Amino acid sequence: MSPHPSPSPPARGGVFVLDAAAIGRAVRRMAHEIVERNHGSEGVVILGLVNGGVWLAEAIGAALRDLGEDVPVGKIDVTFHRDDIGLRAVRPARSEVPVEIDDKTVVLVDDVLFTGRTVRAALDALREFGRPQAVQLAVMVDRGHRELPIRPDFVGKNLPTARDEDVTATIDGVVISK
Amino acid sequence: MSAGALAIRGGSLADGTRADVVIIDGVVAAIAENAEIPLDAAVLDASGCIVGPGLVDLHAHLREPGNEAAETVETGSRAAALGGYTAVVAMPNTTPTIDSASVVNLVRQLGERAGLVDVYPAGAITIGREGRQMAPLAEMAALGVRLFTDDGSGVQDNRLMRRALEYASALGVTLAQHCEDSSLSEGGVMHEGAWSSKLGLPGQPAEAEELMVARDIALCRRIGSPVHFLHVSTAGSVELVRRAKADGLPVTAEAAPHHFTLTDACLANYDTVFKVHPPLRTEADRTAVQQGLLDSTIDAIATDHAPHTPETKERSMLDAPPGMLGLETALALALTELSLPMPRLFAVMSSGPARIAQIAERHGELGIGRAANVCVIDPSERWEVDSRKLASKARNTPYAGRVLQGRVRHTVRNGVATVKNGQAQR
Amino acid sequence: MTARHLLDIESLGRDGLDHLLTLTDRFVEVSQRRVPKVPVLQGKTVVSLFYEDSTRTRLSFETAARRLSADVMTFSVSTSSANKGESIRDTVETIEAMGIDAIVVRHKAAGVPWQIAGWTGASVVNGGDGWHQHPTQALLDCYTIRQRLGGLEGRAIAIVGDAKHSRVARSNVDAFTALGADVTLVAPPTLLPASLDAWPVKVEHDLDAVLQRVDVVYLLRMQLERQEAGLVPSLREYSTFYGLTDERARTLRDDVLVMHPGPMNRGVEIGATVPDRPNTVITQQVANGVAVRMAVLFDLLAGGVL
Repeated sequence: MSPHPSPSPPARGGVFVLDAAAIGRAVRRMAHEIVERNHGSEGVVILGLVNGGVWLAEAIGAALRDLGEDVPVGKIDVTFHRDDIGLRAVRPARSEVPVEIDDKTVVLVDDVLFTGRTVRAALDALREFGRPQAVQLAVMVDRGHRELPIRPDFVGKNLPTARDEDVTATIDGVVISK
Repeated sequence: MSAGALAIRGGSLADGTRADVVIIDGVVAAIAENAEIPLDAAVLDASGCIVGPGLVDLHAHLREPGNEAAETVETGSRAAALGGYTAVVAMPNTTPTIDSASVVNLVRQLGERAGLVDVYPAGAITIGREGRQMAPLAEMAALGVRLFTDDGSGVQDNRLMRRALEYASALGVTLAQHCEDSSLSEGGVMHEGAWSSKLGLPGQPAEAEELMVARDIALCRRIGSPVHFLHVSTAGSVELVRRAKADGLPVTAEAAPHHFTLTDACLANYDTVFKVHPPLRTEADRTAVQQGLLDSTIDAIATDHAPHTPETKERSMLDAPPGMLGLETALALALTELSLPMPRLFAVMSSGPARIAQIAERHGELGIGRAANVCVIDPSERWEVDSRKLASKARNTPYAGRVLQGRVRHTVRNGVATVKNGQAQR
Repeated sequence: MTARHLLDIESLGRDGLDHLLTLTDRFVEVSQRRVPKVPVLQGKTVVSLFYEDSTRTRLSFETAARRLSADVMTFSVSTSSANKGESIRDTVETIEAMGIDAIVVRHKAAGVPWQIAGWTGASVVNGGDGWHQHPTQALLDCYTIRQRLGGLEGRAIAIVGDAKHSRVARSNVDAFTALGADVTLVAPPTLLPASLDAWPVKVEHDLDAVLQRVDVVYLLRMQLERQEAGLVPSLREYSTFYGLTDERARTLRDDVLVMHPGPMNRGVEIGATVPDRPNTVITQQVANGVAVRMAVLFDLLAGGVL
């Protein structure tokens, strides 16, 4: 696995909604839910979305290991599948999918679910690696304002927000700022 | 059109003395400050201007007959008049080649019909400029042709050049050489050096020119028949000519404006407008050509005006034809880029070339009793070269966008204004 | 917004090279996916305008464009056709009227990509111009060296052969030296450019001596027409003194890379068995070509520079 991406510090003037301890509890709960929903972890593959979802994927992977469930964890970069490509400067990263995903259950992991466009891009990108039996979605924060018919399967915290607010979710906590 | 009386009032001569010039029936009648001007005379205002002899170009490609899409004798003559010229030597690389009495006559008639400058056809040295068989030099000389050249290429064959010089020595004519040893220059589209190496373009070494200059000097030394070197472009050529002149040989040389203003660095963006033969050389060569003009090694500025259609210049660097326009910018470039005293400027742009072309009885000097071929220059006018506004049919000037200082205000040919206030009169 | 072009290596500079090599790495990963195709250039059209036959380069570019989901138009103008003297501008304007985003051009004359860039609103990619530049070849060569040696900084590279007539040599000298390598040209003087004054290279004529101190031997193609033009007495003599013969290759350290832009003339510049040597990376160069060209097209057409 690649080195852990360093979490960004809370934005100046932001408000802590969850602290590091709460994040840890949420991660453990989500790991339990994943096992429960899939009747174990057989065939489950965790893929974090580059960059924001990678830390959470790794944290969930660690929590699953604590439960005795050894699940492959990777990451997937969706730059090439974004619908705003060409409109702004981009910095694509390597995708690392550690196992074949055919007939597996892929759990996509991201930090914050907002419009749903990133998840849409990830679903497209996934096709280039194979045909999973099912795809599930885990996010630390669901802040609403969906623009596409996408809904999470595992949520750390539902957080009503205004459209113009910024939400950051790292291993150190969740922060809302203007 | 009747010449009548014409006065050029309020200007100064090349030496700085103020003088009006009065012309009656095509002949200069008076040159004096506050000269008496006939009541019926048309008057050209020359205040702030320099009044000198009409310019003479030894080297223009007027493209007619054969390539009228690029230029005609008429459009080329108009460009010449606007450039201050009253006489132009037309190069023989037309289709058909000027290598017989009939083509000489045709070009001369086209020149008379255009009526803007005196057009003097140069004849080819070899038939079809193919370098194999001598053209009928005597037949053309009998019609008054005084310059012969295969310009576009040099006469490669040593023996043929020797024979041509020997044959010409009895005719009182001058052979003019485009010095380029084709075995060394073949395929080259620019000067061979640092820039060609960087740009990945095949080059022509300086030696391709200098070897032929040296050969012709050797032949001239033996035979004594005059040789004129067209568009010398390298420091080595300038030095060879300098030494030959010091030895008293009857050699003369010309330089083109682009060789004293531009270098091979101009090709960095692969603009084919800068492709020309001989090619733009190095900065050291450019300086040497300037020095040659200053110290009289080089006798004339000659334009090598070479119009090409946009379509042909839009080919690749390998396929585009060489050559650039010159008639409308030569004087301004000389004024802007060379620090020549005015008498020397008229020496290299009028009297020198008139002597080489053997037309000095009509051109090259402004004097009482002489044919009224006059050029009036406003040395203070600054203007930007705009390729769309040139009188030439073609657009291939390398100076587009450049601001030059000094412009022709009036040109008078044989007593008639061909250009008034910067406007061609026909 | 004016179109961006890839015309030569020099204008990329070290940062531009690094950027494209990093991007290449991403597309190498994409190329390894089950479906090696991403939708980044959907709706864009890339034209390959090849005035000189080069099936491998053209296919490499076209494959790259397709893997980015661009539409591809092929416009082949063979050198043998009667089109030699046609106005390139007319051709370009005709193509442009069809609505295009990039032109990949290959021409026997140096500078044609610059001319075309002046006549079109599309991005121009130099696919090889005369003796001048072949920037995507240089990029794939740098990428290959990086893959095998970790980087070019401080590496000694010998470029052996006809540098005078070689766009590969010109672009690789620029790229290798920009990335910190130490480049030596090895060739008979008749096959070197007329002036090397401004070139940041050393020149040597003793191949055996040079081979003992380099990390990479880059062989250039030696063409029969150089013998015909009298630049070398014979290909046989060339091979004896400047070829990486099987015998010479055995004197190389095992870790020395041998590279060649292809197509090879076995028995002339390269010994018959040299391509099979473990650190001869010629097929790897070709394999990296597609990813490099994906990176270039992606950067020009979707790099999202505002």
